[in-house]
Amino acid sequence: MEIKTADYHISYDIGTTTINCKGKLRLTGMDEYAPIVQLFNQVVEQEPSLITFNLQQLQLLNSSGINILSKLIIKVRQKKNIKIVIQGSKKIPWQGKSLKNLQRLMPTLQLQFE
Amino acid sequence: MIQLFGDFKEEPVNSEEYLELGFSPSSMPLKQQWRNNGRSADFLGDYLTNFLPIGETDESNNIDKQAEIKSAVSYIANELLENAMKFNDETSQYHITIKVLLHKEHIVLYLTNSVSPQNVSIFQVYLQELTHSDPHELYIKQLEHNAQDENGMTSRLGILTMINDYMVKLGWKFETIRLKQEVTVVTTMVQFSV
Repeated sequence: MEIKTADYHISYDIGTTTINCKGKLRLTGMDEYAPIVQLFNQVVEQEPSLITFNLQQLQLLNSSGINILSKLIIKVRQKKNIKIVIQGSKKIPWQGKSLKNLQRLMPTLQLQFE
Repeated sequence: MIQLFGDFKEEPVNSEEYLELGFSPSSMPLKQQWRNNGRSADFLGDYLTNFLPIGETDESNNIDKQAEIKSAVSYIANELLENAMKFNDETSQYHITIKVLLHKEHIVLYLTNSVSPQNVSIFQVYLQELTHSDPHELYIKQLEHNAQDENGMTSRLGILTMINDYMVKLGWKFETIRLKQEVTVVTTMVQFSV
């Protein structure tokens, strides 16, 4: 599963059950984020015991992007049998500010910053 | 008639540096305008860092302070422009303007756009709720609401993420301007400390 454009690259590594998000995500809204939401949902439907989000190269994310990430976290929380780890970068300022809110939605979510 | 909401303050008269950009909403297709938002926001962030001290580190997270402020200006400006593009009154031909000012120990952004009469009251009801609620609780409540709303097209998170993640002060000024016809214009003010 993969979505690649000039601005961003989303891919799923089935071996490590890792969703990799790279680049800049500032899409107009739910319509434009729909293919990414579909990829996320397909991963969740496979019900791996752990989903890792690697955001270490996600330079920019707008509030609509924060929304779809949060929606997915809530969806996984409702499943109860899937753990989530989010890997962020200390060098990307927005991540230190915004990713911690995801733990408010799902307290068992692990945040790892490198 | 002028109506104020939140912590709106007029522009300080003795700003150290400022930059203002203007956009004609109908001059290009929405998708192209949207891409422009990001470029413009990043440019504002880049421009302002020319006037910030080099080499300071934010001790709480070890990030270069310049990079942190540039990122904050870029995020906030982009969200303001996105809101303006979404809610601008297309019939008015009124330019959207964004201004960023560096003033002693804080940065202030002003975004002005026109608003259609039907959207004015919807927006003002939202601002009444926002300015009389705990924004941190409102943020989580909005996220939970969005998760249940399969058909929702907008996230309504732009302003809430600014408050939660960037500790900004926000204010709004509504005023009626007469051009060829009467137009309601709203100026959104965002202020944060550096």
